[in-house]
Amino acid sequence: MTQATDCTLAELMIVACSEAWRGDGELLASGITTVPRLGASLAKLTHTPELLMTDSETYLVSEPVPLGPRGDYVPRFEGYMSFERVFECVWGGKRHAMIGPTQIDRFGQANLSCVGGDYAKPKSMVLGVRGLPGNNINHPNSYFVPNHGPRVFVANEVDMVSGPGYNPARFEPGMKNDFIDLRLIVSDLCVMDFKGPDHAIRVKSLHPGVSFEQVQAATGFPLLKAADMGETPLPSAEQLEIIRRLDPHNMRGAVIKGNPPAIRPAGAS
Amino acid sequence: MNKQLSLSQVVSRLADGMTVGIGGWGPRRKPMAIVREILRSDLKDLTIVAYGGPEVGMLCAAGKVKKLIFGFVTMDALPLEPYFRKARESGGLEVMELDEGMFEWGLRAAGMRLPFLPTRCGLGTDVVRRNPGLQMITSPYPDGEVLLAMPALKLDVALLHVDVADKLGNTLITAADPLFDHLFARAADACYVSTERLEDKFALSGDEARLNYFERYLVKGVVHAPGGAHPTYCGKNYGWDMDHLKKYNASATEEGGWDKYCEEFIRCGEEQYIARNGGMERIGKLRTPIF
Repeated sequence: MTQATDCTLAELMIVACSEAWRGDGELLASGITTVPRLGASLAKLTHTPELLMTDSETYLVSEPVPLGPRGDYVPRFEGYMSFERVFECVWGGKRHAMIGPTQIDRFGQANLSCVGGDYAKPKSMVLGVRGLPGNNINHPNSYFVPNHGPRVFVANEVDMVSGPGYNPARFEPGMKNDFIDLRLIVSDLCVMDFKGPDHAIRVKSLHPGVSFEQVQAATGFPLLKAADMGETPLPSAEQLEIIRRLDPHNMRGAVIKGNPPAIRPAGAS
Repeated sequence: MNKQLSLSQVVSRLADGMTVGIGGWGPRRKPMAIVREILRSDLKDLTIVAYGGPEVGMLCAAGKVKKLIFGFVTMDALPLEPYFRKARESGGLEVMELDEGMFEWGLRAAGMRLPFLPTRCGLGTDVVRRNPGLQMITSPYPDGEVLLAMPALKLDVALLHVDVADKLGNTLITAADPLFDHLFARAADACYVSTERLEDKFALSGDEARLNYFERYLVKGVVHAPGGAHPTYCGKNYGWDMDHLKKYNASATEEGGWDKYCEEFIRCGEEQYIARNGGMERIGKLRTPIF
């Protein structure tokens, strides 16, 4: 397989995101926003064809739909997935979502609600906890972070725990938290997983030109290195072709500031 | 059996302090014509229960909201709702912030006349810490699992916007996703519906009748309001109005912006509102977004 060298960081991250769903089999893959959605689509078209996907609105599609206006493309529906039915998938555990939280902490707890100040008068109100409490307690989840830094990966617990994580202090005896299943974090610097002791976060691979020290400096809590920590693979020519077909309007080009190339000059941040 | 009302008649049936559920989801099929009529009224101290979109921001900006029960407030393409943020960040808004699924469970419990429904959603999160009234319950079965008892979200009133209705209160939602409107209808003592098209009395085919999601006994009033979901989107009828939403969004950063928005679009009344947005001819051509 030839690796393309003239590709963007966003494209490398799409390929990294797609790995989150590898081997998931038949469950609903929900990649929320451009890069995770393209990652899920790529997963379905390459290594995990069993995945269920929607048109990002109401129907299940047998092949991933391209992003944005579709021209002559006609989606191929295979079923129906109203918001109410998405909740049924969530509660039954048959979904793997990838979303981009505002904050993530060392327990994998995620915040999409509000940041700073006081809960009664937050410094910055974001969206609300949305479906994160239900997602994380019920089914596998991964995170996408386009701006890896200490404001996202916070030193303490996130300001408003929206998605629960591996923090035993948050659960009382008798509460069932063993459906919590955090898989991957794909950022603009690296790929991380939760496979350290007690689900500690480890760096699984570094994007080309990024050092572990650089990732650690951009993270508010200590990170572990995976024993086999390597470099995040560049997209193959086949993967790139699929990505470009699925995103004809190049929406992926607007995700990372400046749309940098996948291979950064050493030492650049 | 004729339940047809005007917008002002609907609002005259609401009272200060009521708990008001608003159907739709984010920028989707919100009963905006009724919301605008509330903005024109003296109503105050409302508890708003919604999968929130711009209606929440507008009601906050107008000082109508005492308490908000919500899982999110967003306009999707413009993710951050500016006036909702202002209300939260100025500290004047009482909130009950819930997981989207807990919210659904609360409506279902109310519709079934149950005090609560058990769920795992919310466990291990600050939703529990920030809502100290939420209680846990231990399963009486051998598993003994500790679950969150999501209390019923009982509504005084539900406000919905549908595609077609008749004067008896029968309704059709022709959009692919009916969202959770039926649960709002069931959770409320009284449900008022605005509609794009009003017929005297339905005579439907079986396929059409499948688009009826809740019974007319729940519906206490029907308002004929073409364009009544604008600037949110309304299934097969029209898409969201990005130009309008951007203008609304920008008003929040202008000095006296809310007052200017009200002057241009609210105080003028609904007929002028539609006219000032290009009439139904323009609204009907707004394209439903493709994601």
